Amino acid sequence: MKEIDYASAATLSEAASLLSKAGDRARVLAGGTDIIVQLREHRRDIDLLVDVKNVPELSAMTYSATDGLTLGAAVPCYRIYETPAVAAAYPGLVDAVSMIGSAQIQGRASLGGNICNASPAADGIPPVIVYGATLKVQGPNGSREIAAADFCVSPGRTAMRTGEFLVSIHFPPPKPRASAHYLRFIPRNEMDIAVAGSGAYVELDAGGQTFKTVRVALAAVAPRPLPVPEIGEFLAGKTVSDEVIRRAGELASQAATPISDMRGTTEQRKHLAGVLTRRALNGAIERARG
Amino acid sequence: MAKQIVQITVNGEPTDVLVEPRDSLLETLRENLEMTGTKEGCNNGNCGACSVMFDGRLVNSCLVLAVEADGKEVTTVEGLATSEGLHPVQQAFLDKAAFQCGVCTPGFLIATKALLEKHPNPSEHDVRYYLSGNLCRCTGYHKILEAVNAAAESMREGA
Repeated sequence: MKEIDYASAATLSEAASLLSKAGDRARVLAGGTDIIVQLREHRRDIDLLVDVKNVPELSAMTYSATDGLTLGAAVPCYRIYETPAVAAAYPGLVDAVSMIGSAQIQGRASLGGNICNASPAADGIPPVIVYGATLKVQGPNGSREIAAADFCVSPGRTAMRTGEFLVSIHFPPPKPRASAHYLRFIPRNEMDIAVAGSGAYVELDAGGQTFKTVRVALAAVAPRPLPVPEIGEFLAGKTVSDEVIRRAGELASQAATPISDMRGTTEQRKHLAGVLTRRALNGAIERARG
Repeated sequence: MAKQIVQITVNGEPTDVLVEPRDSLLETLRENLEMTGTKEGCNNGNCGACSVMFDGRLVNSCLVLAVEADGKEVTTVEGLATSEGLHPVQQAFLDKAAFQCGVCTPGFLIATKALLEKHPNPSEHDVRYYLSGNLCRCTGYHKILEAVNAAAESMREGA
């Protein structure tokens, strides 16, 4: 690795000042599981790492059934699934953070880092989109909020401006008869990058038979984690049936615009987007019915 | 950038060490502290050969910077055995001959200890899932699974 500087920020304003002064020559260090590898392999050229793990807002995780979950951007994955109330409220999030890398990786890597790394194949991002999360970013002149669905714009690029950084991710409180499910296809059992992934959130009516709200987002089939609003528009108000879920799968395949690469072909990925979306919807429905 | 002194408690012993910001915890353990029990495999977080306990949590030491370890507690494979003898996990790997070249073994020992402290009676799925971050290119894993089960049994008896 080439020589770099390291600074550990203690407050939001200190982190903001360090990052805005260095501009695109600096990068945030949270769990380090992506950035350290990128620096070592010369895939990213910067002069300064700003460690944000000592900034209280970035390491805090607060949850209540009325206010929802506010997850600091540097909170490691394991804290999500090792906190029973959070794991019970957001099982679709647990699906993703318990499949990011290994136990070793989950001990360091943060969901915030997974989002900011902005890989189209990131497992952590579709659940954040379908839960309708809002991302709080801080810049030199204050903070603003960005909808999760609008955050990633292209491979490795986000809607954040130079000098801005992610502070926290806010998930709305869980609703009755609502849940989510994320799953991916990989040729191994663990420790792999998604060939394709799908996350689904469903909210059912009081009888548990009709879709009220549905959101689906796909991984690894577009230049960014891909929300598919057509599926939500199609399913809202419809009675749950194999037929409408099959149609939702077709909409996912149609929305997918994957490339062919060493992990899979365009055709395979479009097919997988449909299969995984059907399974994600069925999994979310099962959880929503309790 | 200027080197800086960090204090890392390694296997219970507070140690001052002079590091550069780019140095990983793995490099610092092996090259500055000459503790070569922790191995470098892939150096990018895939193989788990460099696994250590970091403030009680299993991590890849190649993905932690030494400057991040300032004030932290690290347990390496050198910290497993006591004057009384080998740790039950080490003894089980030895008894079951769960290694060939041995490069992955320190990582497996640390990860197995972390697994068994969390799941004293793990299913085969628990073991395979938890140890999926540790790669072995020699054994085919069968003997490792046997050793993990033997270690679990011996630790439950000892508890």
